[in-house]
Amino acid sequence: MAHELTEHIEAPDDFAPTADVVPPRGSRTAVVLDYSRRNPDLVIGLVMVLALILVGIVGPLFVDVRTAQPTRALPGQPPSARYPLGTDEQGRNLLAVMVVGLPLTIKVGFLAGFVGVGIGTILGLTAGFVGGAVDTVISMIVDIILTVPGLLILITIAASIKSFISVEVLALVVASLAWPRPTRTIRSQVLTLRERGYIQVARRSGMSTPEIILKELLPNLMPYLAATFVTAVSATILASIGLEVLGLGPQNDPTIGMTIYWAILFNALLRGMWWWWLPPIVAIVMMFVGLFLISSGLDEFANPRRRRIV
Amino acid sequence: MRLDYIVRRVIQFVIVLWGAATLNFVLPRLSPGNPVRERLLNAMATGGVQQAGVEEMVRAYNEQFGLDKPLPVQYLLYLQHAFVLDFGYSIASYPAKVLNMIMAALPWTISLLLCSTLISFTVGTLLGALIAWPHSPRFLRHLVVPMMALSAIPFYLLGLVLVYLLAILIHMFPVSGGYTIGTIPGPTLSFFVDAVYHSILPALSIVLSAIGFWAIGMRGMMVTTEGEDYVVYAEAKGIPKQGIFLHYSLRNAILPQLTSLALSLGTIVSGAVVVEIVFAYPGVGSLLFQAISALDYFVIYGVVFMTVLAIAIATILLDLTYPLVDPRISYRSA
Repeated sequence: MAHELTEHIEAPDDFAPTADVVPPRGSRTAVVLDYSRRNPDLVIGLVMVLALILVGIVGPLFVDVRTAQPTRALPGQPPSARYPLGTDEQGRNLLAVMVVGLPLTIKVGFLAGFVGVGIGTILGLTAGFVGGAVDTVISMIVDIILTVPGLLILITIAASIKSFISVEVLALVVASLAWPRPTRTIRSQVLTLRERGYIQVARRSGMSTPEIILKELLPNLMPYLAATFVTAVSATILASIGLEVLGLGPQNDPTIGMTIYWAILFNALLRGMWWWWLPPIVAIVMMFVGLFLISSGLDEFANPRRRRIV
Repeated sequence: MRLDYIVRRVIQFVIVLWGAATLNFVLPRLSPGNPVRERLLNAMATGGVQQAGVEEMVRAYNEQFGLDKPLPVQYLLYLQHAFVLDFGYSIASYPAKVLNMIMAALPWTISLLLCSTLISFTVGTLLGALIAWPHSPRFLRHLVVPMMALSAIPFYLLGLVLVYLLAILIHMFPVSGGYTIGTIPGPTLSFFVDAVYHSILPALSIVLSAIGFWAIGMRGMMVTTEGEDYVVYAEAKGIPKQGIFLHYSLRNAILPQLTSLALSLGTIVSGAVVVEIVFAYPGVGSLLFQAISALDYFVIYGVVFMTVLAIAIATILLDLTYPLVDPRISYRSA
């Protein structure tokens, strides 16, 4: 089975040389600073993502967000002093669209990622800790779902409720397939943690299973959960934009994906209206690269054994 | 290879298909006011010219799925039809059967995906291996960052940028479509050349962004083989470094790549579906896009089911070829 293979293969990681891994003593800020110095990826990624989040917070101070709706601006204008990012064919001020749309897209990603990782944590903990038939069933379901083209299943779901799709519903639709990967990651992590000394001690000393999970296992899982969450958000944003580009997003909200959908629908490419589709693409690429850098920067934090080799 | 593994794998295959069919059956019935029925009634009300056709379709739908019968009977009927790939008629273009529409679009998608995945997998894996290899030229190291950036960008966004740069600013490639409008698709050389010419841009957007993904994965695996005993031993024996690279490091690092190829097929197809929309490529993705705009539910469900089927077949074939690549694997039941 596929996941047995990967587990077998991941084993060589154990042999990775453990270089200078002694964490520096000192204040918490010193530790954080030292970690960031060793992992500049994390800082660059965080700056990129925070910059995108800031657009949604600071933006409304400079732009009238009501102009993000159709017919509030002159249609089809190239960038000018009045409309720094131009306007689209339906009369949306594209700067306002970015200011309103970015937080909505981020919201979908975080909401769906949160639900996905939440379900994944519960299932992964159960599978890894309880084991036996429960583990077999959960692992099999995860294996099966992982091989299915997720976006297409989401398309079926979203198409069946097309007229009810709002930002929140879109997030839930995406979340419905966002849990298998976290489940798998957390399960394999629980499997290695389960045999550690402190868990054994807790078990011998008569702690109940829920108590062990809550007090011993979860705190030690936190780094992995953080890393898993970042990856999950990246995946859910990707899926939500995929749905939106297909026209299955919230029709009345100017999210980033919907903006690309309208741009494709109104042939912005052929008509040379680059200001319509370029800013959303730049924002999305920044988002994905930023999240990718964060997760690769968190790698050392989440897998202390996997210190930088190169 | 053990029989029980194959049996288990086949059972998994059946479950996937059963799940996809069931989802298609359950969803419209769960959502408020059964959208399929509503869409049919709507089509009847606004039908006009196609009035007769739509009424016939409603009758066929009722007959086929036995809407007057109890739910379990409907479900069995549905599964029976899904089993023989009968998805009924298209709502938007009535006399056309869904299966025929999919069959017309499928060759385009399959050839586009097959070529671009093979190219990106081979080139990306080799590139990743070379990046990690201590003896390769220095400049390759600098490729890590652009590779990471490329792997983080969805296919279709790269596609949009490529269309603008290579088709609109410089008229190097056609903007969209699968062949020049006006030509008649047929098995002639000129049509083939035309089709390949049209597929270069969509393929390029898949290849470029997928290369990054494979290169990053391969680099990670190659790094772990570096200090392995068998590599040290091979060096001590005096095997030339190219030989060690090909037969020791690469050979051992490539299996996880195959595993992840099997696992990523679904993601690759999902991405390619959206690429087709950007390029108005006449494949399954564009068919799906039109179906979604027209709320042509039978086409949507048909496309999704057929794609799930195609990927399930591809995955099972890939899984069964592992032992050929790595003799250590013999699929014992653990």
